[in-house]
Amino acid sequence: MEERIMLKGSVALAEGALTAGCRYYFGYPITPQNDIPEYLSLHMPERGGVFIQAESEVASINMLLGAAAAGARAMTSSSGPGISLMQEGLSYMAGSELPCVVVNITRSGPGLGGISPTQGDYKQATCGGGHGDYYLIVLAPSSVQEMYDLTIRGFELADKYRNPVMILGDAILGQMKEPVTLRDAKPVTYDKPWALTGPKGRKPQLVKSLYLKDGEMEVHNWKLAEKYRRLAEEDTMVEVDEDADADIAVVAYGSCARIVISAVEMAREEGIRVSRIRPITLYPFPSGEIRRVSEKVGRFLTVEMNTGQMVRDVRLSVAPGCDVRLLARPGGAIPTPQQILAEIRKALE
Amino acid sequence: MKQVFKRPETLIKTTTHFCPGCHHGTVHRLVAEAIDRLGVREDTIGVAGVGCGVFLYDYLAVDVCEAPHGRAPAVATGIKRVNPEKIVFTYQGDGDLASIGMSEVVHTANRGENITVIFVNNSVYGMTGGQMAPTTLLGQQTTTSPRGRDFHYDGYPIRMAEMLATLEGVAFAARVAVDKPANLRKAKQAVNTAFEMQAKNMGFTFVELLSACPTNWYMTPLAALRRIEEEMIPYYPLGIFRQRKAADYL
Repeated sequence: MEERIMLKGSVALAEGALTAGCRYYFGYPITPQNDIPEYLSLHMPERGGVFIQAESEVASINMLLGAAAAGARAMTSSSGPGISLMQEGLSYMAGSELPCVVVNITRSGPGLGGISPTQGDYKQATCGGGHGDYYLIVLAPSSVQEMYDLTIRGFELADKYRNPVMILGDAILGQMKEPVTLRDAKPVTYDKPWALTGPKGRKPQLVKSLYLKDGEMEVHNWKLAEKYRRLAEEDTMVEVDEDADADIAVVAYGSCARIVISAVEMAREEGIRVSRIRPITLYPFPSGEIRRVSEKVGRFLTVEMNTGQMVRDVRLSVAPGCDVRLLARPGGAIPTPQQILAEIRKALE
Repeated sequence: MKQVFKRPETLIKTTTHFCPGCHHGTVHRLVAEAIDRLGVREDTIGVAGVGCGVFLYDYLAVDVCEAPHGRAPAVATGIKRVNPEKIVFTYQGDGDLASIGMSEVVHTANRGENITVIFVNNSVYGMTGGQMAPTTLLGQQTTTSPRGRDFHYDGYPIRMAEMLATLEGVAFAARVAVDKPANLRKAKQAVNTAFEMQAKNMGFTFVELLSACPTNWYMTPLAALRRIEEEMIPYYPLGIFRQRKAADYL
């Protein structure tokens, strides 16, 4: 039977990883995500897994690379500055087609920044983040339930596409407690005939991202591009709360999208016709759904906890002539429902 | 007639891309012989660092994972923790291990990860074209120390084997040379010991091999061999700096 219990976001995420069959965690302390390694340092070994506190985020991501190359479901978690240090490893893993889950419970930045909730890492997460022609699969939970569910889904997608997955959360999602339904169903697993286990009864295998011969790098780049195309086609996730006669659509993701729910309810009480769109995959971005809604709605409002990063993807997605506005609060500031409502009213003037 | 010398099963029959007088081929052979000796080829995973040694997979018939520059010991940690019963080794040059990868090798050694690190020290960055390495000798001219390495500017060459030997997690740390038959025999012994100790779960094992890079030393292969004896060994003494007797050392 499925169990429903109260969990903190970080713990729900860690439990999701364990449910997904992740038995290897490598990480380095950084606020505001320390509850994840602390929880897993206790529970990973209890379930027959390995927890290593690495000497740096650079080491963490490379231990993850090794564990992934050996065929295991493995993860790390960190925050902004640590995620920046991991970009080299993420690029290598995308290039070598290795699956893993990397959690970013963000800090505001640039630099050491602050630890309050922010969405300033959207750009880094959705544009690959490191060098070269690649993308991460980026999932944006908006509740503690989704911290659990999307972590499980993250491991499945990582294996399906042999690509790193990033769970992009913030301190609100990591620290708050909500009821969570733990699931019984087994996670989907994939055969990994490419894994490095020693060449017993088969030819030696190789995990690499170096392509020096004429033309072979281009071939590899197109292979990756085809994978990202298939990913967008099969696994884009978005939540749309649509009013068929809406005059405006509001787009937000993650913790920010929760505040938008309140603002939209207040607007509807006033008789304003409004639709709400919440991207769940930030890469691939749900451009198709946004385009479809924008064919009927001439005005969009994007609400973000940064200076305006996702708004560029929204502008690239909407139908020509659609007016896309931005309500932005960077640096750990959180927009209020009243502030969002005021922007909705202003856009409709 | 009994055959007394042959190509190790682990060494792939091919020609190498290495320059004349380069010692990577020799060190590859020592590793292949050690793997053959234990009969573990089918259970071995190598991790190739960045540098001329990255093409390890073209020459050794084992599974190989490429690592980002310097990160091979961290990658090997991940592989070994998933496959504790397999033999896992890294193959790294001096730029890779002693410069950009200093943190990874020190902490992997300190954790006592049960892996073997093969460290090819030729005192120069080979693949990138002969720049100064942390192991470049004082006075040695390279493309980035054109007036010769000067400790006022560049600091001193690092002795890795001695440094790692201070760490409790290290089971075996040795420096050998591959310049002449007598040294080569000791080198072979050290590589064998390192792999054997890993097979016995004794902890982190490390072999530094002083090697020639005639191309980036601007020398003939013969002159390069003389340089190992006359210049490298006096600064980088050969020997075993730490050898644990048993796995339960504390």
